[in-house]
Amino acid sequence: MGRFLLRRAVNYLILVFLAATMTYFIAGTALEPIVNYLSKHPQPPMATIHNLLRAQNLDPNTPIVVRYWHWLTGVLQGNFGLTYNGDSVAAEMGRRIFVSTELLFLATIISAVSGVAFGAWNALRQYRPSDKASTVISYAILATPTVVIAVTLQTFDNWMGSPIQYIDLYDPSAHGAVAIVLSNLEHLILPTLTLWLIQVTLFSRFQRSTMLDVLQADYLRTARAKGLTYRQAVLRHGLRTAVIPVMPLLVYNIILLFTGATFTEIIFGWHGMGEWLVTSIQNNDVNATAAIGVFTAGLVLVAGLVSDLVYAALDPRVRA
Amino acid sequence: MTTSVSSLVTTTDSVLDVRNLQVSFPSEAGLVKAVRGIDFSLRAGETLALVGESGSGKSVTATSILGLLPTSAQVTGSIRLDGRELIGLSDRDYSKIRGKDIGMVFQDPLSALTPVFSIGTQLIEALQVHQKLDDAKARARALELLDLVGIPDPKRRIDAFPHEFSGGMRQRAVIAMAIANDPKVIIADEPTTALDVTIQAQVLDVLKKAQEVTGAAILMITHDLGVVAGMADQVTVMYAGKPVEAGASDSVFYEPRMPYSIGLLSAVPRLDDGGRRALTPVEGNPPSMVDLPKGCPFAARCPIAVDVCRETEPELKVVDDSGLRSACHRSAEIGADLPREGMFPTPELPTWEGETDREGRPQVLAVDNLIKHFPLVKGQVFKRRIGTVKAVDGLSFDIREGETFALVGESGCGKTTTLLEILDLPTKQVGSVTVLGKETKSMSGKDRRGLRRDVQVVFQDPMASLDSRMPIGDILAEPLKTHGWDKDRIHARVPELLSLVGLLPEHAERYPSEFSGGQRQRIGIARALALEPKLIVLDEPVSALDVSIQAGVINLLDELKVKLGLSYLFVAHDLSVIRHIADRVAVMYLGRIVEQGDAETVFTSPMHPYTQALLSAVPLPDPRKERERQRILLTGDLPSPADVPSGCRFRTRCPKFLSLVESDAERCRTEDPASEAVAADHTSACHYSAALEVV
Repeated sequence: MGRFLLRRAVNYLILVFLAATMTYFIAGTALEPIVNYLSKHPQPPMATIHNLLRAQNLDPNTPIVVRYWHWLTGVLQGNFGLTYNGDSVAAEMGRRIFVSTELLFLATIISAVSGVAFGAWNALRQYRPSDKASTVISYAILATPTVVIAVTLQTFDNWMGSPIQYIDLYDPSAHGAVAIVLSNLEHLILPTLTLWLIQVTLFSRFQRSTMLDVLQADYLRTARAKGLTYRQAVLRHGLRTAVIPVMPLLVYNIILLFTGATFTEIIFGWHGMGEWLVTSIQNNDVNATAAIGVFTAGLVLVAGLVSDLVYAALDPRVRA
Repeated sequence: MTTSVSSLVTTTDSVLDVRNLQVSFPSEAGLVKAVRGIDFSLRAGETLALVGESGSGKSVTATSILGLLPTSAQVTGSIRLDGRELIGLSDRDYSKIRGKDIGMVFQDPLSALTPVFSIGTQLIEALQVHQKLDDAKARARALELLDLVGIPDPKRRIDAFPHEFSGGMRQRAVIAMAIANDPKVIIADEPTTALDVTIQAQVLDVLKKAQEVTGAAILMITHDLGVVAGMADQVTVMYAGKPVEAGASDSVFYEPRMPYSIGLLSAVPRLDDGGRRALTPVEGNPPSMVDLPKGCPFAARCPIAVDVCRETEPELKVVDDSGLRSACHRSAEIGADLPREGMFPTPELPTWEGETDREGRPQVLAVDNLIKHFPLVKGQVFKRRIGTVKAVDGLSFDIREGETFALVGESGCGKTTTLLEILDLPTKQVGSVTVLGKETKSMSGKDRRGLRRDVQVVFQDPMASLDSRMPIGDILAEPLKTHGWDKDRIHARVPELLSLVGLLPEHAERYPSEFSGGQRQRIGIARALALEPKLIVLDEPVSALDVSIQAGVINLLDELKVKLGLSYLFVAHDLSVIRHIADRVAVMYLGRIVEQGDAETVFTSPMHPYTQALLSAVPLPDPRKERERQRILLTGDLPSPADVPSGCRFRTRCPKFLSLVESDAERCRTEDPASEAVAADHTSACHYSAALEVV
């Protein structure tokens, strides 16, 4: 098992390297940081602009391969360069990873647990009114863009007289640690709800269909023939087997949400990784974009390993 | 229940009483009346077999006793366990009985165990659901049970997962679970149908042992009359959801009074039944359970039906001194004015009119030292070879014109690989395959394509091997189109093919779903015949069919062979079927042929210990013979073809090897026995071949 994971990890590392390299080349050629200076008033002299850019390893006159080499040697030493306004990319990334983690932590746990439970419950009640209603609602939510869900929640909140605050991480007027934490939690409610709605529908659909397969299985009948009640048999033998195929989907979705929750972050004013990806592209920020590329590729690596581990832990057939 | 009082009085010593049990399921077509009233009683230590074909309601009966029918099922009547009514119990109350008083063994051991829990976990769960046992005690008891059902080295195997067990081992584990809490009744639903004969014999032995240990009554559901003959004290034959004959095993087997039982018994191919001859099919198909015709449901297929049979359904009533009960208006006449022998007509088969001397007939297929090894690899990116699966390991045989050559052996012995290799018309294999005098290795692409016309195949599963979206006419025309026949010729050929296999030309318009299993297999045969081939490869062509239907298909194959001058390569695991159809037979073990020769000779005086064991494991549909027979029980499972034993590959399971003195046994360990002629057209690959009559 250890050797298997190690081999997997080496494969993934090669993939991360390739993905990062490609991101840098695309960002380095498609983005034009020079525009940021040309649009300044008053416009600095060209020589100054090029000097400034060269200092940040962004000068278009330097061949892309050379810039790449500088960047790569920097990255290997933990230095991701500077953002377009001169901050450290690594520091900014650290801060934003923290914000994203806070935003996603609760949402993903709640989504995963409730998605599995809800899907299994629907499977047990297949074709009953509750299942039919869930199906319709799930597809409606799946077909709704995140923007619409988020804005609808905000509008609804406003219409109710704004019982829940949602702008930014916490109320700037709050004083004292406890008040700030509480206000922070209150601000989490609506974005968490948004993320939960999107994910729970997806997970529960998958869980429902794998559960339906299992409900027909012979071993469930064996479990009942042993003397387990229907409920015990379904929970101990059915659900335990039916979550296995859902796990990779769950793990990949949750982990890749780090850079994928763009709309939720922007609409609710959480300055996380997803928002950063969009703003850095808008700002022609080559170093930040490349860093996000490395980070996302790293996430894929982690997701792959975690999903392998979870799968092996749950299914003895893939061990050995 | 108005009758319950009196029936309880007469059957006080019985553990399970079923009275007027009726089960129906709502469906889109209407109410499916799966069981239409069945009564039986089971005494402790007794075995009752419910026999019938698919759709007769036997499995539904078993499932309803366990209370495991889907919630949509409507169950009426009475099921009493030790006098306690089970129908209407809540799931909670029922679950206290399931696994404790009633143990269950299911058909397919491969899917009956939860794949993610170890055997031990599942067995311990069965114990702890009903008994207050701590983990250590439960584990000790689980080890005891595994030992009882014959799992070798239970201490090591208890923590294995189901996928690490063979089918036979899993079925043993399931039996261990069924008897974990000393049940009063064990229900076994086709417990050996999915297993090889040698493993079947082992599992039936375990089941008998389990019955001795627990003193339980066994309710055995099966379609295999051989298994019934060896196991059952009482037999109930079911047809269209109702028992049509019930009584002591001997009465049902030797003096049946209901034409369906008689037809079923005469349609079964028997291993002990002098050589090749036509089988006796029961024509027609069972009626639809949604819309049963008036009168006796068997009337449409019954050769002795009279007017009253089409008007009123006969009651099951006692017909002789032995207490046999039959449901037939003419049961009094059967055995007296109406002889059982010949009640169902046996068709005359045409006889082969060509050259009778084998050497004088042209060779259709010659296989010489065919070898197919698969590499066993490990690793994701860098694949390493860690072994070789020797699926086919040096196979030589030939098939002459007008001959049926059968390959038999347990699953995993390489039968299917051999077929696929031959159908592939291989170019790069070790050894040679020669079809109609042409060696496949040296053939051009065009010749190869031409040769495909001459070699056709019929598959095992008639449901899966026909495209359900194509009408029959198109299915039959497809091979013709592929080989460039013009429209008019195809148009003429399709009805011709249909009538050749006993279907009607107008069937060409219909879709596969409108046909029964037997008819679909006929369509499969017609498709194989379309291009007028010389050799047809038949991969278990009748194993998915019911006995009464199977007989008709076997007869058809025999008839076509003579009429069209075909040769068959026939692969099957059912030795009784092979006994009836094969001219020559080869017994395979771990990729090799261990015995080969004229079918009559091999079946009557088998020389190789494996053939002897295989034949001895086949149950006969004859209770008296079954009681007298001494089985040669093989121990263990087929070894992995990736790890073939040294010397003789059969020695690890060979009963003869065990009886040899050390100096002789050494030869088996070190020297791989070559095929040697033991008689004219009879070879055996054993150092110590000796004939033994086993049937």
